[in-house]
Parts: sequence; C-alpha cells; structure tokens
Amino acid sequence: MNNSLPFGRDAQRAERVSLSFNLKTNTMSDEQIRNLEEIFEARIARDEKIEPKDWMPEKYRKTHIRQMSQHAHSEIVGMLPEGNWISRAPSLRRKAALLAKVQDEAGHGLYLYSACETLGVSRDELYEQLHSGKAKYSSIFNYPTVSWADMGAVGWLVDGAAIINQVPLCNTSFGPYARAMVRVCKEESFHQRQGFEIMLKLCNGSPEQKEMAQDALNRWWWPSLMMLGPTDAESIHTEQSMKWKLKRKSNDDLRQQFIDQTVPQADLLGLTIPDPDMKFNEETGSYDFGEINWDEFWQVVKGHGPCNKKRMKDRVGAWEEGAWVRDAAMAHAEKNEAKKLKKAI
Amino acid sequence: MKQNNLYNYILSIADNSLILGQRLGELCGHGPTLETDIAGTNISLDLIGQCRNYYQYAAKVQGEGKTEDDLAFLRLEREYKNVLLVEQPNDHFGYVMGRQYLFDVFHLLFMNDMLNSKDETLAAIAKKGIKEVSYHKRFSGDWVKRLGDGTEESKAKMQEAIDDLWTYTDELFDMTEADKAMVSEGVGVDVSKLKEGYYKEVSQLLAEADLTVPESKYFTRGGKKGIHSEHMGYLLADLQYMQRTYPNMEW
Ligand SMILES: [Fe+2]
Ligand SMILES: [Fe+2]
Ligand SMILES: [Fe+2]
Repeated sequence: MNNSLPFGRDAQRAERVSLSFNLKTNTMSDEQIRNLEEIFEARIARDEKIEPKDWMPEKYRKTHIRQMSQHAHSEIVGMLPEGNWISRAPSLRRKAALLAKVQDEAGHGLYLYSACETLGVSRDELYEQLHSGKAKYSSIFNYPTVSWADMGAVGWLVDGAAIINQVPLCNTSFGPYARAMVRVCKEESFHQRQGFEIMLKLCNGSPEQKEMAQDALNRWWWPSLMMLGPTDAESIHTEQSMKWKLKRKSNDDLRQQFIDQTVPQADLLGLTIPDPDMKFNEETGSYDFGEINWDEFWQVVKGHGPCNKKRMKDRVGAWEEGAWVRDAAMAHAEKNEAKKLKKAI
Repeated sequence: MKQNNLYNYILSIADNSLILGQRLGELCGHGPTLETDIAGTNISLDLIGQCRNYYQYAAKVQGEGKTEDDLAFLRLEREYKNVLLVEQPNDHFGYVMGRQYLFDVFHLLFMNDMLNSKDETLAAIAKKGIKEVSYHKRFSGDWVKRLGDGTEESKAKMQEAIDDLWTYTDELFDMTEADKAMVSEGVGVDVSKLKEGYYKEVSQLLAEADLTVPESKYFTRGGKKGIHSEHMGYLLADLQYMQRTYPNMEW
C-alpha cells in the first residue's frame, strides 16, 4: 500500500514527483517520499479525509492500524463483562436491552476491524496480536462486573468516558475511522443513557438497590477516570497524533471534561462520588479532584488486574473452540465453488 | 380462573421462546466468529421479544395483576412447560445450531398455523413472528449444512449433535390437555398434525447436509408436563437469580 501510486486529489502533483519511480525495485527515493509526505500533511491540514487507497506514510498506516485495532479489541473484550449479566438480568426488558447493547459492541468491533482491513491487515492477524498479548485493549474491561448495578455503572461511566474519547475522532483524518466513529458514538450515547437509566431506577428503588448503585459507583469511578489515559506528563506520541487528528485534546483535558459532566449526574442520582477531595472550583468553573492511583493503573495495564487472565482465557478459548467451525465454513464454501465450476463446464 | 386452558396454553408457547432465548444469551461474546455472535444474539433478542408478548397476554388472561416478569421469573421449575429440546446446553456450536434448527422447523410450522387462530392476539403474534422465525430457520439450516458438509471433524460433530438431540424431537408433537382444549376452540395449533411435515423437511435438509437421519425410535419427553432435564435447575438459577434474591422490586 505504502509504495503504490497515489489516487487522491493530489494524484497529479504526486505523479510528477514520482515520475522517476524506480520500476525495477519499486521503491522511491527519499526525496520523493519527503515530497509525498508534504502533500499528505497538507491535505490533512486542509481537513481533507485520507482514504485507504491514497498514498500515506508508513508510520501513518501503522499508527492507525494500532489505534483502530486496539479500539476494535476493546469493543469485543468489552462484550465479556456485560455478557456476564445477560443470563441474570432482572427483567425481560433489561435482558433484551442488555443483549442489544452487547450486540452493538460486537458491531462496533466489526466496523473497526473492517476499517483496519482497508489498511491491508486481516482480522485474523489482529486477533493473533490480541490473543498473544501483543495488542492492548482498554484496561477498564479487566475489572469484574459483580452486581446488576455494574450494568448501570458501566453504561453510564464507561460508555460515557468512551464517548468523551471518541467524539473528537468523528473528525479524524482517516476516512474509514472517522465514519465508523460517527456511527459508534451515536450508539455509545444511547448506551450511556441506558446505563444512567438503570442507575436511576436503582436509586429510586429500595435501600438495597440504592446501596448496590453506590457500591458500583465506588468501584467504577476511579477506573473510569483512568480510562482517559495516563496523565499528560507521561503520555507519549501526542504531538504526532494531534497533527493527524487522532487525538485532539490531552488526556487530562478529556478527564476534566468527563468529571465536569459526570459529577452533576451523580448528584441527580443522589450518589456520592468516592473522592473526598472532589470540590467545585469557583475560579476554574471545574471540579478539583483527588490523586489517581496510577500504580493501580499500570498494574492493570501490565496484565495484573482482577480479570486480565480471565478475559484473555475467554477470548482465546472462544477462538480456539471455534476453529473447527470456521474451518468447516471455509471447506463448505470451497466445495460449493467447485460444484458451481463443474456445472458451468 | 375461567380461562385456565388458554392461560396454560400461552405459557407453554412462551416458555419455549424464553428458555431458548436464555440459552442463546449465554453464548453472547463466546461464539466462533463475530458474525455468528451477532446473529445468535439477534435470534435470542427475537425470542425474548416474542415471549414478552406471550407473557403479557397470559398475565392479562389470568387477570390477577401479574406482570410479564412475574410469569417469566417467578414460577417453580415444575411450572415451566417448555419442551426438553430448548433447554439442552450449548455443548458446542454443532449442538447450538442443531438445537436451533430442530426447533426452528417446528416453530415455523407452528407459527404458520397459529396465524389462523381465532384468538386475535395469538394470530397477531404469529404474524409478527413468522418473518423472524423464517430467518432463524434459514440461519440454523445453513449452518447445519455447512457443518455437515464441511470437514470430517465438523461432520462428526454435527452428526453427534443431531444424534443426541433427536430424542427430544417427538415431544414437540405431544398434545397436552391445554393443547386439546385450545384446538377444539379453534385457538390452538394441532401440533400432532405437524409431525409428518416436520420429519420430512428435517430429513431432507439432513440429507442435503450429508448427514444421517437418526433411526432411533426411542424418544425422551417430559418438559411439556413440567418434568425437565437436570440442566433446567441451573438455567433457572441464573434466570431467576435477581428476582429471587431481591423480591418485589422494580428494575
Ligand atoms: Fe467504544
Ligand atoms: Fe462500543
Ligand atoms: Fe457501548
């Protein structure tokens, strides 16, 4: 992909640049690449979308595969903690809504894997990276869902934080990613409202229900703040990502936005944010908050959270147990092709 | 209750959809591909949607102010009247698709008949359900064919599932007291009349799938009388967990 000729709006200019393209080795001189990169960066600066067939720097391609696949993996690993409550949902209405939600996440995984495929990497390769532990997914899904209220808290806080992360990506430079995000964000905001509504019902219910809701908030609050990424001082690759519109605000800004949006919602529920230092700051118009336990964050990121092993075991297990099914589907399709061919002759 | 037979009749249909929907829901996120996961969840959603319509109607017929959830979650095991087939576990994907197909063929024949019920509510549910169930049958039937006519391994696994599940097929056509009463009133479906067409259709697809139609004449029955397999208690333990632990609350 990276060495092919460009087909975008700048095709003509780019063609001139690559006239002396070395046909034998199929490579370009450093200068040719530099010129193409300039044209490329200019397109992004003009807010043009980059499409899969356009020329792009190798680093752009790799960075996008990494970020989009990480996002895809998060969607499908994220099905597990919520899938955990489908069989025990407390009412038929909730069961149906939860099934639909988890199914949406599977759909998000699909669009995102497909977006990755446009960059020349197969879904199987990406799974391999997930299963071998080479690829990361959102660490939040390494926490257990231990009560029904967790279905509320996850929707409200985790989908809520995901939206804060993803809305800016609706304008990212890579076309397929931007378009996937538009659709995904619509559904995520539906999930968030649904999660909030589960919490609201609990908070207006019996003392046990309200306690269940508070307990869920206590457990999910800090991990949700961590979901917005390490603090800016420790965050790498930000500058390049800003230029490519893969990242439009810093982690700390996103976190503040999430807190400012969520604290009034907790008030509305009558729940207490588990942070004694949380206080509205009249000067900044934002909430000040306490110290995040980054040791815990890194522990979970490095694979030692409460459910890291379980999540991977479930994913790898489903994949390995499904191998004979996928093989059969392939074999059946090949047989059918052969039959059709025979008929045609 | 005046309309005891109608109430029992509706529940028995509802329970099939609920229990099969529950089984499929257990798989969500654990399927062999994302696509099969999405499709399985879709089928589960359809079935849960159908059972809600039935339970709401049954609650109305009963007239004791109960809700769909009271009926779905708060009965004793012996009071669930689903066929044994739908409660069988998700041993492997061959079982999941085999169970689905063996039920779907029956379900579509059943719905097609229920369309003519004198009971308008049941006829309306059938009208809505036929499209869904046709899709379920196409999906499960395609997979039975793929697995039967795929690899050696998949063929063996699909055959194993069909052989094991076959024993539960005959019960589909048993007529309970409620069935007979409802048939005589022109409300219910005479399932005994669906039997021939069912076995003919299933045998045809199995042949197409390069699978052997089991010859066993021994069948297992009981679900329709509320006598379930050992799996049922565990299924209900999950299903009823919240309602039993936190009685009389809204969710
Ligand atoms: Fe997401
Ligand atoms: Fe999602
Ligand atoms: Fe979501």
